[in-house]
Amino acid sequence: MPHLSTLTLSHFRSWRRAQLPFDGRIVAIHGANGAGKTNLIEAISLLSPGRGLRRGSAEEFARRPEALGWKIAAELDSGQELETSAEPGASRAVRIGGKAAPQVALASELRMLWLVPSMDRLFIEGAEGRRRFLDRAAMSFEPAHAEATLAYDKAMRERNRLLKDMVRDAHWYEALEGQMAAAGARIQAGRARTISALMAAQNAAETAFPAATLSLIHPEAGPQGSDEGLRRLFAEGRRRDMAAGRTLDGPHRADLAAIWAEKAMPAADCSTGEQKALLISLILANARALAADGPAPLLLLDEVAAHLDAARRAALYDEIHALGAQAFLTGTGPELFDELGERALRLQITEEEGESHAHRH
Amino acid sequence: MADGPEEIGRLIGLMARLPGMGPRSARRAVLHLVKKRSQVLLPLAEAMKAVGESVRPCVACGNLATSDLCPICANPKRATGTLCVVADVADLWAMERSQAFQGRYHVLGGLLSALDAIGPDELGIPKLVARVTEEELTEIILALPATIDGQTTAHYIADALPELNVTSLAQGVPIGGELDFLDDGTISAALRARARV
Repeated sequence: MPHLSTLTLSHFRSWRRAQLPFDGRIVAIHGANGAGKTNLIEAISLLSPGRGLRRGSAEEFARRPEALGWKIAAELDSGQELETSAEPGASRAVRIGGKAAPQVALASELRMLWLVPSMDRLFIEGAEGRRRFLDRAAMSFEPAHAEATLAYDKAMRERNRLLKDMVRDAHWYEALEGQMAAAGARIQAGRARTISALMAAQNAAETAFPAATLSLIHPEAGPQGSDEGLRRLFAEGRRRDMAAGRTLDGPHRADLAAIWAEKAMPAADCSTGEQKALLISLILANARALAADGPAPLLLLDEVAAHLDAARRAALYDEIHALGAQAFLTGTGPELFDELGERALRLQITEEEGESHAHRH
Repeated sequence: MADGPEEIGRLIGLMARLPGMGPRSARRAVLHLVKKRSQVLLPLAEAMKAVGESVRPCVACGNLATSDLCPICANPKRATGTLCVVADVADLWAMERSQAFQGRYHVLGGLLSALDAIGPDELGIPKLVARVTEEELTEIILALPATIDGQTTAHYIADALPELNVTSLAQGVPIGGELDFLDDGTISAALRARARV
């Protein structure tokens, strides 16, 4: 199981400079609000492709007020070195084993899943967040899912521009819709496989967390799945889309429905605590499904412990430990991690004069 | 004055706008030119003047030419009935370097992109369609980039010429390339396009 053995931060958010050694055990991070705990796990999240767990920009990551460039480096237990950094005003660059590499290449070095407080409202808020959640899970199984999403979005932006400009060139629409349909069919198939994998992993596990019945729903019922069906959907929707100035229907409108299986209750109607338990259940299922045919992923769980009672907390720790995953957990007080005992490395984060420090104990 | 006399500053400013150049490399290049006045600066100025006065796009294909027709379009041996469509002159040069293609070309001068306001007319696609009958073409080979815009352009041209044999370059393992260095997309494309040994 690959794990981080060292993490080095330089001028990243509240961290001026830090070098943190890990030993593969769970890392329990505690400290006051604003000490820099989330910044630390956000830095780890940037060792995967994308914008990290807070969806930040390269400029926001720079430590203020200096606003110099920032750098995050990590060594894995295999000896592999990952590094990501940005100069002021430039986008972030990635180096793997000392060589410049594209961001997507990070996905084949480390697999990573995270749960952050902004996801607490996932089941209540708009479909976009749930779609992103599902697509992230799909990417964790199949990194190529990211390319299909990018291709679909790009072709759709082009089509939307034609619609807005009232262009009536059928060949042009067909060319773009053909690409949207091909990428869209791959996206939908990847989402369907992801949902089955998550459900299977939930059902197979002995867990203290509730199982969710997941399904992919769509505002307008239509021939959604196939390349051919999508092509027809876009062609037939052209007139209506032109009136709206954008693409009204397609895989970009799909939604993930979750039902608390045991109570047959939609996730959105469950209590806040129950929704959190469902989310944890999905993340654990995702991790188990990944661990079943490869190394366990890294888990970044921000402020997860606070919402759980002592029994559920103990169960979560047991389940993470059984997975063999290197997990980074944050919480305000050390007592939240008592149930972990010797299974965790403990870090206290403090902040002095706008600078974060880590203390091991 | 940071960059010497005003004329030199102007030259540096112009050079710095060239692809692959910045202010620092432009200053170095200009200093070099001034130092090698007779060997480099004056011949370069003459060469640039000659190109500026004589080079224009070929009226038939869009390649660079010094007369109405470029040497490829003027050569009757290259009227093979096969036409290769490329996005830019640089792509045409790359095809020519390979010496693998004997027909003529059509340079689009870009790719379809609604977001960049580049449509079929800007790319001269109607002219391409007209060439099919004028030149009795039997096959069009699309040598366009494997990007969204490249593929959109390819689909567009294929749609606009339903009667014609429109083909596109294969995608896959480069000659002398090792699988270990290929990205997943290229490997899947190569697998789909596998051929009997």
